[in-house]
Amino acid sequence: MAASLSLRAGFLSLALLVAFLLTWQIAVSGTAKTEAMDPEYAALMGASATTGKSAMPGPLDVGATIWKHLRDPFYDRGPNDKGLGIQLAYSIGRVALGYGLAVIVAIPIGFLIGMSPLMGRALDPFIQLLKPVSPLAWMPLALYTIKDSGLSAIFVIFICSLWPMLINTAFGVAGTRREWLNVARTLEVGPFRRAVTVILPAAAPTILTGMRISIGIAWLVIVAAEMLVGGTGIGYFVWNEWNNLSITNVITSILVIGLVGMILDQVLARAQRLITFPE
Amino acid sequence: MPSQTPPQSEKFISIEGIARRYPAPGGTSTTVFENLWLPMRRGEFVCMIGHSGCGKTTVLNILAGLEAPSEGVVIADGQAIEGTSLDRAVIFQGHALLPWRTVLGNVAYAVSSRWRKAGRAEVEARARKAIATVGLAGSEHKRPSELSGGMKQRVGIARALAIEPKILLMDEPFSALDALTRGTLQDEVRRICVETGQTVFMITHDVDESIYLADRIVLMTNGPGAKVAEIVENPLPKVRDRTQLHHAPGYYALRNHLMDFLVTRSKTLRDAMPPGYDQRHPPVIRPSLSETDAAALLGAEAPALRA
Repeated sequence: MAASLSLRAGFLSLALLVAFLLTWQIAVSGTAKTEAMDPEYAALMGASATTGKSAMPGPLDVGATIWKHLRDPFYDRGPNDKGLGIQLAYSIGRVALGYGLAVIVAIPIGFLIGMSPLMGRALDPFIQLLKPVSPLAWMPLALYTIKDSGLSAIFVIFICSLWPMLINTAFGVAGTRREWLNVARTLEVGPFRRAVTVILPAAAPTILTGMRISIGIAWLVIVAAEMLVGGTGIGYFVWNEWNNLSITNVITSILVIGLVGMILDQVLARAQRLITFPE
Repeated sequence: MPSQTPPQSEKFISIEGIARRYPAPGGTSTTVFENLWLPMRRGEFVCMIGHSGCGKTTVLNILAGLEAPSEGVVIADGQAIEGTSLDRAVIFQGHALLPWRTVLGNVAYAVSSRWRKAGRAEVEARARKAIATVGLAGSEHKRPSELSGGMKQRVGIARALAIEPKILLMDEPFSALDALTRGTLQDEVRRICVETGQTVFMITHDVDESIYLADRIVLMTNGPGAKVAEIVENPLPKVRDRTQLHHAPGYYALRNHLMDFLVTRSKTLRDAMPPGYDQRHPPVIRPSLSETDAAALLGAEAPALRA
């Protein structure tokens, strides 16, 4: 076979996609038996009751919806009808804020834990206890203390992004090779310069791994958090469209959430490659 | 026979009664060595030889200031060693280059640590000079991962030399290299040290390396409880030619003496030191040339060395 592996893999992916879409289309295009009913009731029930058309939208319906959203992503017609772009922007904004705060808190504390065995031991019980708590369990407490649903969602993102970054930073810092630290010591490098010029670059790949895990978790959690707090955001959009029984919009959201999550992950993967040093 | 205590001016570095103990299970402690005394002269190349576990690396780490002795002090250039110093550069066994920095970056890091107020241009000029000294000009912008083992160790040497240390400490710097590269690097180190009159303390377990490089060779008995068994003065001329070294008078006698020590005496001497042995003044062995000449010609079997 002359074609490269990636080319063949691409073809196979495409074939699988086509097969999936075809199966989907065939599965939803059949009509079910219709029952005789009062015409007014039938009008209320819609096409699935009158013609037996499947209530599950087909790929073409979803495609049409996606196209509609793509053409006008930023419309705003009141609190319950905003464009997909606006909803995504809200979600990304919340994730950016909560995640950014977590970076600011987790990396210095991770450094402290990694550099000081005393602090590491002292803080370990707290971290071990709080790490396994589902971030949504914080939501009532956040709502009660912060008294603002938007800020509470940001807090929940902050708390769920914190742990992987904190633990990875501490691990990376503590794992700095002794010989590199000895180089800094024999050169009489002060503690601050040592942290910036030796420990930070040495721990950076591990820190970025933690940041990558965190952004993934943050993007998972924002959907659930927005379903709870409501108002705006892609999570709220999904729930709202479920209440509207618009399955096409729900499927569209699933695709968009996946796409944004992938992009966020790839951005950090790129950053990780940049700061990883070959040995 | 113990030699005279060297005059004070000869004690550029003086190890005075140091000990190193590690806690052992059961509340006791293991003594790697204790009451260790060793003087070194300015501009001298000293090699320390001994088996693994005799505390060679610990001695070097104490000289570097990376470890503190459990007892005793080390005086370097009139001052007790307390912690690390830019006056004492270390060449590490595993080169210890910072992999995220280029060759120039690694050397410049040392230079800018030494001369903190120096401008960018000056730092770079000094770093480039040191890199050229070890024959790596042209590779300044390569990363350590792009270099061979020998080249990495050259960068390690350049980094140590760049800060113009009073003492150069080397912990088996060539042990991870292949024989050919090791020979070339030994030549370079010897040339640089002779040219600059650098004081060097080097750990090795390669007898030939110590003969080629050292002015004096310190023999350590096996640990735990290691002692400086003797200090052997290298009788070979200061100007040494690697290809002709084994024809030099005294070469085989010296080599056999060192080999005998490593094979048998390093163990027997630990168990029982000869009468009159004084840890404060380890015996200095100076081979007498006429006898070693004869010994070399005869193919030398026994250590024909005289105190």
